[in-house]
Amino acid sequence: MKYSYFPGCTLKNKASSLDRYARECAPLLGFELCELPEWQCCGGVYPLGRDETATKLSSVRTLAAARSEGRDLVTLCSACHHVIKRVNDDMKNVEEIRTSANNYLSLDEPYLGETNVLHYLEVLRDVVGFDNVKKQVKNPLTGKKIGAYYGCLLLRPSGVMAFDDPEDPTILEDFIRAIGAEPVIYPYRNECCGGYVSLKDRELSRGMADKVEASASGFGAEMLITACPLCLYNLKKSKAALPVYYFTELLAEALGVAKDS
Amino acid sequence: MQRIGVFVCHCGSNIAATVDVKRVVECARLEPGVVFAEDYQYMCSEAGQTKIADAIKREGLTGVVVCSCSPRMHEATFRKCAEGAGLNPYMLEIANIREQCSWIHKDMETATEKAVVLMRAAVAKVNLNVPLKSGESRVTKRALVIGGGIAGIQTALDIAEAGYEVDIVEKTPSIGGRMAQLDKTFPTLDCSACILTPKMVEAAAHEKIRIFTYSEVEKVTGFVGDFTVDIRKKARSVDIDKCTGCGVCQEKCPSKTAKSEFNRGLSKRSAIYTPFAQAVPNVPVIDREHCIKFKTGKCGVCSKVCPAGAIDYEMRDEIITEKYGAIVAATGFDMISLDKYDEYAYKKSPDVITSLELERIMNAAGPTGGHLERLSDGKPPKNIVFIQCVGSRCADKRGKSYCSKICCMYTAKHAMLIRDKYPDTNVTVFYIDVRTPGKNFDEFYRRAVEEYHVNYIKGQVGKVLPQPDGTLLVQGADIIDGRQVLINADMVVLAAAIEPDPTARKLATMLTASIDTNGFLTEAHPKLRPVESPTAGIFLSGVCQGPKDIPETVSQAGAAAVKVIGLLSKDKLLTNPCTAKADELMCNGCSACANVCPYGAISYEDREVRGIGVREVRRVAVVNGALCQGCGACTVACPSGAMDLFGFSNRQITAEVDAICR
Amino acid sequence: MTKAEKQAELIRDISGVDPYKCMKCGKCTATCPSYAEMDIKPHQFVSFVIRGEIEALTKSRSLEKCLSCFACIERCPRSVEPGRLIDAARQLAARERGGGFLTTEEVPEMCDPDTPSQLLVSAYRRYRR
Repeated sequence: MKYSYFPGCTLKNKASSLDRYARECAPLLGFELCELPEWQCCGGVYPLGRDETATKLSSVRTLAAARSEGRDLVTLCSACHHVIKRVNDDMKNVEEIRTSANNYLSLDEPYLGETNVLHYLEVLRDVVGFDNVKKQVKNPLTGKKIGAYYGCLLLRPSGVMAFDDPEDPTILEDFIRAIGAEPVIYPYRNECCGGYVSLKDRELSRGMADKVEASASGFGAEMLITACPLCLYNLKKSKAALPVYYFTELLAEALGVAKDS
Repeated sequence: MQRIGVFVCHCGSNIAATVDVKRVVECARLEPGVVFAEDYQYMCSEAGQTKIADAIKREGLTGVVVCSCSPRMHEATFRKCAEGAGLNPYMLEIANIREQCSWIHKDMETATEKAVVLMRAAVAKVNLNVPLKSGESRVTKRALVIGGGIAGIQTALDIAEAGYEVDIVEKTPSIGGRMAQLDKTFPTLDCSACILTPKMVEAAAHEKIRIFTYSEVEKVTGFVGDFTVDIRKKARSVDIDKCTGCGVCQEKCPSKTAKSEFNRGLSKRSAIYTPFAQAVPNVPVIDREHCIKFKTGKCGVCSKVCPAGAIDYEMRDEIITEKYGAIVAATGFDMISLDKYDEYAYKKSPDVITSLELERIMNAAGPTGGHLERLSDGKPPKNIVFIQCVGSRCADKRGKSYCSKICCMYTAKHAMLIRDKYPDTNVTVFYIDVRTPGKNFDEFYRRAVEEYHVNYIKGQVGKVLPQPDGTLLVQGADIIDGRQVLINADMVVLAAAIEPDPTARKLATMLTASIDTNGFLTEAHPKLRPVESPTAGIFLSGVCQGPKDIPETVSQAGAAAVKVIGLLSKDKLLTNPCTAKADELMCNGCSACANVCPYGAISYEDREVRGIGVREVRRVAVVNGALCQGCGACTVACPSGAMDLFGFSNRQITAEVDAICR
Repeated sequence: MTKAEKQAELIRDISGVDPYKCMKCGKCTATCPSYAEMDIKPHQFVSFVIRGEIEALTKSRSLEKCLSCFACIERCPRSVEPGRLIDAARQLAARERGGGFLTTEEVPEMCDPDTPSQLLVSAYRRYRR
């Protein structure tokens, strides 16, 4: 199975391990990520304003490129996934945005939201199946107590993201079980890490990251996993300083791909 | 040619303020067939009706058009008046110039124009009207009540007291319903069981009442006065006539893993069980999914210990067929699933419970013997937070758009009872609005605040965060103070929205009774016919019609009973003559009409058909006039134009359309 | 049309929010992780828009503190989604101010060796026009 793949800007530098291990694990699980040529940054945040079209165009180009390759589009970074999935929904369902975006781009064929956007975790859950992930595990992370950190962008708004139950998600916990470790459920796993506010107001975002980590370690988590480079950055600044990893790093370790993590 | 009189009503200012009634009268005089026209302030008043009756006699009218309100409102009134004056009632038609004209238009000119058009259409129709005669049908003098909660019990008792036979069908092993699960009732705080159990016993002992518990309605055919109902009596596995209710079987039953439905899953019960101590009948059922005998073939303990030899593992479901004149739906409610509301941690923490679960916890016969304790560790809670409107008043996809109506009052009750019995416990209530319309209701709520110092906070809770130490951090808003509040609670109680019992939808289909978007059964008129379904012979009792508390439910149950009694007291019913009929010459027996008929009123017969140049035996449609409700679906479906409806013939409708387009 | 009326219309237009659907339950404020830093609370944004007091909103420090975490949007029982109003007010303010809430000059000193490009891109988009 081949997928078009959108890595996003941060995965090319600071979050290269999120990207690298995802690609390396994919063949072991029966699929392949084919990076789209000449992709552009998604913009990091979804433009909520209804009159904003220009800021959505790069995502539309990405979606249209995946369409022309005839494949589903896979993302990894929570922010990229959020932005591209929501823009795709606009292109499918919001007449004004669809019209104005297509007017701007004048593609050979107007883009109408045809591409199916999947997060890497959704591929593991819905295509590969966590049971099959489990079968491929060579080094189970037995005994490791891991807190899944979802953050905001994968889950909300649930109507569009349709990723998991926004108040009681299970996909990362199922992933943790599949790699042989023990998930730790804590209430702040879907509360904000501080997001982009950390640029201007470190105190504010650090307070939030502290709450997340205190809650997770209070329930016995030894480490956190996330799919988002910004979450990882913010969580690492917290007082508790729990180790924070990308989920793909642990996947690679479990599958025996990574030797150095 | 008809001699038609047109009567235009002002309806005070309801019509006359927007429609120039004088002009409608003038225009009416120009219509073909119209020999008389006048207007009057209130046509439905005694004086107005006298005007119509006098004109019928004086002018020798053969048809009447009344331009007034909706026919749903006063068609019956005016037809009765016409009949009194010697005219066939079906020679009178209503032109609705109020609901469909004056109330929805602002401009007098356009409204008047439209009123004239509506009048014209009605006159065109009356020109083609023919006198119709109602048939008669018999009334089976027995009622069926579906649902054995307080609504069903009260309705059945009232019907039985009037001397009519009534059957109750209840799907669970005992009657009693939700009220049996409650501890105390507002606003008097009397014990729910103490006031309900006598009624349950009275119903069971009443010579006019039969109770089928552990039974469900399977099929309903027929019509008002003459329903035929199949009732499935599920295999109880216990002979109801032999069982003495001694309870030994339940004690000795080795399978005790099933969750007690009565205790909302908070305790376990045996596989052979009666749901609660005061169950009526006091005869257990075997839950075959949990019974070891049924699962493995081995066991049989209950049969061995039963002194009455009442256990019957071979028992099968039995279907009985009964006749009824009237049917009352009293299917009640359940609480919504909270699966999609996990910001309140209901799925994650045993100490987050629903209000109905709290009722069981506070009840002496409940899972904790009536002690208020946390289900996680059995400790008494010191800080309890109540959250209102969980799933009620929601415009999103998760919840219900309506107010569940009972939550404000039962929460005030819970808060007060807890503060009374456990004065060291702090109680906080997060509310959006406190709604207490009802006798002594607001006083009750104020007592919770003023006497018991319950902490009411206007605002919602954003999230309940379970803490590692087992407490629950409640993050809410106090929007009067304009701040977020954090409360370290050790128990959280959710006032979950109520919704119609899931069986109501299926039942509505069987009864051809309509339901609204929320699944509540619809009443025939929201104000004037609140306990009748629009389907004749079907009545509504209790929460199946909309959220209501016990006093309201009992009132409505009594009202439904009165309507049933009124129906059963008649020996014969007049049938609606506006039914369909197939023209045998034109019918080709294609079955299109039978396929669309919602009442199963159409069958086919081989008949000898005679016409000009035709004489043959053909398969033709035959309408059972007693079953036909005159909906007209068949007349539209019929490809050959053979099907026609008395009172709404194809010719009449075409004439109306022509008059409108003229 | 006064300036305030124009702004109120614009804010409703940009956000797509119908403030009249609000039943004042306060769930947004109850749910907001940044609420303590906000001078105008999420639920108050709705009434400010109804009253047409947009000037106060565009000057509110809440605009910088909203995390766009979508919790108020997800949990709002009336689907009013006040987060959208906050973002629309921020847009309006950024468009009026030109430079927005972040200048290019001040960015370098906000960064450290680990700062991911995602953070810069996101903050730029939210804080500037």
